[in-house]
Amino acid sequence: MTMQTFLEVEKISVGYGTTTVLADLDLGIGKGEFVALLGSSGCGKTTLLRTIAGFARPSAGSIQVDGRDVTQMAPDRRGMALVFQSYALWPHMTVAQNIGYGLKLQKRSRGDIEAKVAEMQDLLGLSGLGNRKPGQLSGGQRQRVALGRALAIDPEILLLDEPLSNLDARIRLTVRHEIRSLQQRLGITAIHVTHDREEAMVMADRIVIMNAGRIEQQGSPEAVYNKPASPFVAAFMGAENLLSMQARVTGEQIELHEGAFNSSTVTARSGRKLLSGPVELRFRAEAARLVSNNDTAAREPGALELRGQVASVSYPGGHWRHAVRLGTDEILVDSITPFAQGETVKVRIPAQSLFIFNTPEAPAPAH
Amino acid sequence: MARIDLWWLPRALVLGLLAFIIFGPLSNLVLWTIAEKWYFPHMLPLEYGLSFWQRVFSPRGNAMESLLTSIVIAALTVIASLALAIPAGYALSRLTLPFRGLILLAFLIPQAFPNLPVYVNIARFFYQIGLNGTIAGVVMVHVTHGLVYAVWIATAAFSAVDVDLEEAARSIGAGPFHAFRDVTLPLAAPGLMASAIFVFLESLDEFTGTYFVGAPDVTTLPLLLYTAGSGGNYQIASITALLLLVPSIGFMLIVERFLRADVLSKVGH
Repeated sequence: MTMQTFLEVEKISVGYGTTTVLADLDLGIGKGEFVALLGSSGCGKTTLLRTIAGFARPSAGSIQVDGRDVTQMAPDRRGMALVFQSYALWPHMTVAQNIGYGLKLQKRSRGDIEAKVAEMQDLLGLSGLGNRKPGQLSGGQRQRVALGRALAIDPEILLLDEPLSNLDARIRLTVRHEIRSLQQRLGITAIHVTHDREEAMVMADRIVIMNAGRIEQQGSPEAVYNKPASPFVAAFMGAENLLSMQARVTGEQIELHEGAFNSSTVTARSGRKLLSGPVELRFRAEAARLVSNNDTAAREPGALELRGQVASVSYPGGHWRHAVRLGTDEILVDSITPFAQGETVKVRIPAQSLFIFNTPEAPAPAH
Repeated sequence: MARIDLWWLPRALVLGLLAFIIFGPLSNLVLWTIAEKWYFPHMLPLEYGLSFWQRVFSPRGNAMESLLTSIVIAALTVIASLALAIPAGYALSRLTLPFRGLILLAFLIPQAFPNLPVYVNIARFFYQIGLNGTIAGVVMVHVTHGLVYAVWIATAAFSAVDVDLEEAARSIGAGPFHAFRDVTLPLAAPGLMASAIFVFLESLDEFTGTYFVGAPDVTTLPLLLYTAGSGGNYQIASITALLLLVPSIGFMLIVERFLRADVLSKVGH
């Protein structure tokens, strides 16, 4: 990334009491960039956001905005605005008062405030609701008011703490795009905390995947999706199918040894950092292809072929999902056409969809 | 065939009994205020009239003066209690204090011990420093008494205000003072209002402490009621009691409106 770093989080450590939530974490964000902090609950993503906002005190490290050190600064002096998961609208104020409060604090003239509030209402589709109280609004409208309240003060950095998680699934999809296009139009630097992979993918320029207080991987949505750097990232990005094998790495090639369900396969190393020995393979249900057992078409070079029995078939929509049994393991594979239960099938996984990692020393806990 | 439901009989009996227990003494009180002549063994007053009302409200009667004293003392007690309870309640609800439960319990101490020995000792001490017989002295006694309501309810009222709401103000540029003044205080106001009313009513009704610390220089309505009652003047006592009832009932209706269930559920936590 050639972008100049605008927000710099350096070696930050945060803990509550004796538990450490974040340890030695580094993160740089460019001006105008939309970054998603993605992870399951308890991974420290919200704590990182609250530390950047100034509501959690780091025990070590520093935070800089545009070269200024803000580590010890009170939240109200950081030039950021946080949108809360609960929206946190003030129930005793009207929509217009909620949006205009930050401007009132800046001692702007009344005309100024009214103009800006009207502009925000227009921008967010809240026109005509200025005199309503938050209690009289729908979830989606409240979410917009919360956004308008944050945007009204023209923050340097917009912080979003799972702002869509309380919305209906259908509204969520439209609001995603609204927030994204608004952020691009206004050129705001934004940090978005979410546990929803798809949400992070469609909204962010860069995804930062967090696990147990550390950053596992960061990069563009297509990079973390197609080139997961760790088994955790692969699983989090939807590669839930897991197989254990033995591999030998020679030069630019990886040889997967013959097993009970597959023949020996040689595939390109393509820059993977891998050592010979036990490996775990991960792939997505939609990346694999299901063919009948008597299909003799030559498989693509480097693709892995597995043989198993269809254990069950379901139709989640758009494609058929098959659970294919390989001995005691079961993998999920999608197909456009259904296969009968009990049928012996071949599963072909193209080389670029296979995520191969060395099995960690300690046996991984059962999935 | 229509069956006659006989269940109304015990129900009516129980309800009637309940109504008698609540309203019996009250109607007796009202009767006494308009009785000119009433003595044993007569069930009802022999003569009715309003001459005692005239006496109570005449310039020479002490009732109006005592009422004013009572209200001034109650108002001062409310101001002093809230001045202590707002910062205390805010701190107790927001900060992670060690022994928080113990601190909350400490405000109950003035109520936990028998009133009499406590007030006798306070009176002795106040006498030494010249606070006996002053409004300030009576207000101080009432504040120690009312603080438990004020602090407990204020703590509950502030706890009911979501921290997110305060942080939302902080995050868009409000300093701690502005966030408190513009967000927390208005949202906690109904609870604080209720605590003020409790303290006001407690002060208005308070007898023992006022008796030991205030009498005879400071005469509140309950003291007047006591004097009239012990002097055998049931008419004056009843009229005073009726006067005391008016603010109580009025405020109870207001409290019921102001005190939301989510505040009540946090009292004492």
